Amino acid sequence: MSEPVSVVGAGIAGTWTALLLAESGRRVTVYERQDEAMTGATSHWAGGMLAPDCEGDGAEPVVIRLGHRSVQLWRSHLPETPLNGSLVVSHPRDRADLERLARQTAGHERIGAARIGEIEPALAGRFREALFYPGEGHVEPRRALPALHAKLRSLGGEIRFGADVRPEALDGTVVDCRGLGAREAQPELRGVKGETVLVETAEIALSRPVRLMHPRWPIYVIPRANNRFLIGASTIETEDAAGVTLRSALELMTAAYTVHPAFGEARIVELGTALRPAYPDHSPRIAVAGRQITVNGLYRHGFLIAPALGELVANYIAEGTRDNEVMRWS
Amino acid sequence: MNLYGQEVASRLLIGTALYPSPAVMEQALQASGAEIVTVSLRRESAGGRAGDAFWRIIQSLGVKILPNTAGCRTVKEAVTTAELARELFGTPWIKLEVIGDDETLQPDVVALVEAAGILLRDGFEVFPYTTEDLTVAQRLVDAGCRVVMPWAAPIGSGQGVTNKAALRTLRARLPDVTLIVDAGIGAPSHAAEAMELGYDGVLLNTAIAKADDPVGMARAFALALEAGRAGFEAGLMPPRDFATPSTPVVGTPFWHAAG
Repeated sequence: MSEPVSVVGAGIAGTWTALLLAESGRRVTVYERQDEAMTGATSHWAGGMLAPDCEGDGAEPVVIRLGHRSVQLWRSHLPETPLNGSLVVSHPRDRADLERLARQTAGHERIGAARIGEIEPALAGRFREALFYPGEGHVEPRRALPALHAKLRSLGGEIRFGADVRPEALDGTVVDCRGLGAREAQPELRGVKGETVLVETAEIALSRPVRLMHPRWPIYVIPRANNRFLIGASTIETEDAAGVTLRSALELMTAAYTVHPAFGEARIVELGTALRPAYPDHSPRIAVAGRQITVNGLYRHGFLIAPALGELVANYIAEGTRDNEVMRWS
Repeated sequence: MNLYGQEVASRLLIGTALYPSPAVMEQALQASGAEIVTVSLRRESAGGRAGDAFWRIIQSLGVKILPNTAGCRTVKEAVTTAELARELFGTPWIKLEVIGDDETLQPDVVALVEAAGILLRDGFEVFPYTTEDLTVAQRLVDAGCRVVMPWAAPIGSGQGVTNKAALRTLRARLPDVTLIVDAGIGAPSHAAEAMELGYDGVLLNTAIAKADDPVGMARAFALALEAGRAGFEAGLMPPRDFATPSTPVVGTPFWHAAG
């Protein structure tokens, strides 16, 4: 019987790590300082994009690699995950940015107005060209996270909510997935603010995320259940996550309105902000110090890369397999 | 290049926005050889508190910091932002931007001259971002600016020097002012062109930060600035309307009189 493992943090990184450890036959206990609603977790506010290719402008190659593996893991573990691809459009004035994205990313098809109308009827006649990234998908974090928690429990894993535990206080093998909660122990880690707007309208339906080119941020309009759409996210260098600024709200809402004017009549359900944990190179890191392992720095790509990172941790604990691009030893 | 009494060896000033990560920014900065970075207090950082991690990264780069007032639209906003920047970074330098038009991000030159006057009287060393207009530049100099930064083209447009004649006039009429081309530079050749016109330096951001390889592009710009400046100092040949053979051509009739 293999030794039990503790995971600290039940956000997306901790959850996937615990799930894959449980699958490998380990007894896993997850400690989460928040209650089950997890409204203070970065994961709660995430967009849930699974777009490794479309994020290729600006994201490090390691993120793209982990992202591709993660899409497979999402598909195998939550088969209902929509993988209808992502569509990227631009305002005519930002066409140069669309060209740059086409040049800097792989895995896309250039499609014209007719094809846009076929795959996304609501956008018929609105854009002359788009980049289509087939095979990409998205999840709804507030549904996916509880679904993964349930899966973990069904494999015998335990999740203790309201348990504010320091990893170094635990015995045995411990995986620290606290995100910015680990900030004091990791001076290199910083928070990068992201802002989102959740809206609701029955006037328009999308079957995949639509990204609109923006000079500074990748902004997606992501379809959610019950006629809702998440618009986001901004990326701002501040560690003060208190509130969405008026400027960001305007930019995000204008983006949705540019995708389709029907969003002008949408009801605003919620404005969201969170801080993403990032290292200076914006690449994730698995740091191994004896039996204490940390997984952190998922930045804007938590849902995109958490499954692959969890798999690396599980494989390392089970067989000592090393991935020198992501793992560090001390 | 002399900036309010400080000698700076590198003629390249670069922005800190839009990079894929702070690590890439740092590598690009090293490759560029730039000794000055400009940082926006408003657009990138929503207030920018001194304790924030990003500011610590900027401050750890070991370069001079030129805070800017990007995103400001009125004199009062720009002056307030400048005061905040002085407090945060402990420098009298301020790159003064007052935007007058949202479509082109053209500077509001009337507000710019007014804000520059207020800040200079308050002890700031002002780097005004302006158009290529000579009279505006002269007013800024009259107000006490010893550095003037005309645009090559609108911010982020990458069009290069769109009004070469006006930039040449500025250089000729303001021989003792430090002139830095700020905004609109898209390619290393654009930067070289500005340097060949006798400009003291070039400030840019997007062309490096959003390149496929920001570090490679930073190096390309460093080389272009060096080439352009060396060309200017060596004395460029004046253009002529007709070909002049660099070696005598036997049999050519009396000079170019053939035909």
